[in-house]
Amino acid sequence: MTAPVLQVRELVTEFPIRAGVFRREVGRVQAVSDVSFDLMPVETLGVVGESGCGKTTLGRSLLRLVEPTSGSVRVGDIEVTTADRHAMKHVRSQLQMVFQDPYASLNPRIPVRDIIAEPMRIHGVDKVEAADRVADLLTRVGLLPEHGNRYPHEFSGGQRQRIGIARSLALRPRIIILDEPVSALDVSIQAQVLNLLDEIQDEFELSYVFIAHDLSVVRHTSDRVAVMYLGKVVEIGARDSIYDTPAHPYTHSLLSAVPVADPRRERSRQRIILEGDVPSPASPPPGCRFHTRCPIAQDRCRSEVPELHTVAGGQQVACHFPVEPGQTLVELTKR
Amino acid sequence: MTTEPLLRVDHLEVGFPSKAGVVQAVTDVSFEVRPGETLAVVGESGSGKSVTALTVMRLHPKSTRISGSIMFEGRDLLALDDDEVRAVRGNEIAMIFQDPMTALNPVFSVGSQIVESIRIHQKVSKQAAWNRAVELLALVGVPEPKRRAEQYPHEYSGGMRQRAMIAMAISNEPKLLIADEPTTALDVTVQAQVMDVLHDVQQATGSAMMLITHDLGLVAGSADRVQVMYASRLVETGGVDDIFYRSRNPYTRALLDSIPDLLATSARLEPIPGNPPSLLNPPSGCPFRPRCLMAIEHCAESVPELVSIGEGHASRCHRTADIEPTAEATS
Repeated sequence: MTAPVLQVRELVTEFPIRAGVFRREVGRVQAVSDVSFDLMPVETLGVVGESGCGKTTLGRSLLRLVEPTSGSVRVGDIEVTTADRHAMKHVRSQLQMVFQDPYASLNPRIPVRDIIAEPMRIHGVDKVEAADRVADLLTRVGLLPEHGNRYPHEFSGGQRQRIGIARSLALRPRIIILDEPVSALDVSIQAQVLNLLDEIQDEFELSYVFIAHDLSVVRHTSDRVAVMYLGKVVEIGARDSIYDTPAHPYTHSLLSAVPVADPRRERSRQRIILEGDVPSPASPPPGCRFHTRCPIAQDRCRSEVPELHTVAGGQQVACHFPVEPGQTLVELTKR
Repeated sequence: MTTEPLLRVDHLEVGFPSKAGVVQAVTDVSFEVRPGETLAVVGESGSGKSVTALTVMRLHPKSTRISGSIMFEGRDLLALDDDEVRAVRGNEIAMIFQDPMTALNPVFSVGSQIVESIRIHQKVSKQAAWNRAVELLALVGVPEPKRRAEQYPHEYSGGMRQRAMIAMAISNEPKLLIADEPTTALDVTVQAQVMDVLHDVQQATGSAMMLITHDLGLVAGSADRVQVMYASRLVETGGVDDIFYRSRNPYTRALLDSIPDLLATSARLEPIPGNPPSLLNPPSGCPFRPRCLMAIEHCAESVPELVSIGEGHASRCHRTADIEPTAEATS
């Protein structure tokens, strides 16, 4: 069996809540709460969930852009959470990130060539070789080598995202964390960037952690999918298991809420409309965190935290009363 | 259909002067909105969909160059003076914006803002208006409306704020609601709630809606008719099924093909190559030509007309005759 390129175990990331004149800590928000997964070579793990579910914090914790509170992140044989500066430098050559906003993530004052070469400069790649690589990378992401002389503002959103991707490839990483890489782009441009990500994944043998709120995009890009709610993974498994036979009531509701570009289907679709909003992560509900909005919650859900366990569809789900394949949540709700 | 249109826009042109020249945001746009119907206006950023909506609301900067006419129940909105416009805006035509936090005033309670919008247009007592505000909040699904009416916008979540804005927009029972990306800032589960509220509101008040969006899924789920915009022009208009199942326009089709499917796993997406054109110096001929896989020489020579290709269905393309009608999914 091949070894995973990334191993995450019981990862917890907390943020302090501060109040008063002395900014005293009055509480903690658990943005990522006990998350574990493996990422295999050339695999894409999609991470979906709504705002505040912790998916972005999870991505950042993997790279220690925010410090995890506890748990373990292993890249190859390096433990990221305790790595010193030297080891972190090595980790970052293996593990790169592409951000959502291609306007904010590129320094407007330096030409694109230097933006892409910067990671190589930091890692001591020879200047001549770096220049060659920049030209190659620009071509590879669908731009021209002469574009290296221009500044970020001269590019459209889609082109900027290509530049961000070129930069992430500069050190030949094994893993790229993509945080909403296409959500700022128009639909016609989204598909271009998604196809590019697909091509370079095969070519450079990359593994992706693909963080997004758009469930259609995640279905398209991912091999496995993790669904997060209030800091916890509530369901994780093979893409088609999650989409075709979802077991968690939250996954069901999410999928049923996404409108599809097919009027006849929309007219006949039975939608589960969740009540209320996502509770504050500062004081998550006891028991199952989803019970306050779950249409089939029972007493047990209000007190006992469900653990992830494998169900009939093959995926793992954290629910006391998972939906079985063939059942729909709409039916169960009516009972 | 024999009913008189509620809104009728004819040959609307909107340009924004800039140092580099006039940015033509809307070119030769004509359409109607009939009472009670939902018309979706779809397009990507810069296609002119929002500018069209803002111009109908007369919410454009003073320097804007506008020609054409916007008839609302027989009155030309472009010919009204500021006071007359204010009497229509928020009353007979109301707008829901994408970002409720910027549309609501942070220093007044939600209830008092709804009261204000009622009392601008109706002669009712403060108490009666307040009671109405509470009723409206209940109608749009704000829990504990009595208590919530006294709260400030920051005490509301994103979805609740959007509901509050809808409550305000419908406070004078407008005949036309213009919703500009009303759910783009919201999570999907909340989006479903808000679209549901909009649907109920339409059922309850009988108002027509112009839904401006880039999300083809939302369009499929809520529109009666659709118009697709590209680079400041209408490129295809028709009933919702015409657009999704019988499109004869290369841009509409390319757009539909480029979105990933939620219900099936697709191997590869078919993106539209290139980028949308500059509105400052648009390409010659058809503006979609540089990205169109069907473009021929003739497409560079002239802008195609919007030509009727079926009952209530029109497309702007020189090659309409060569485009096979889509194999219709029958179900």
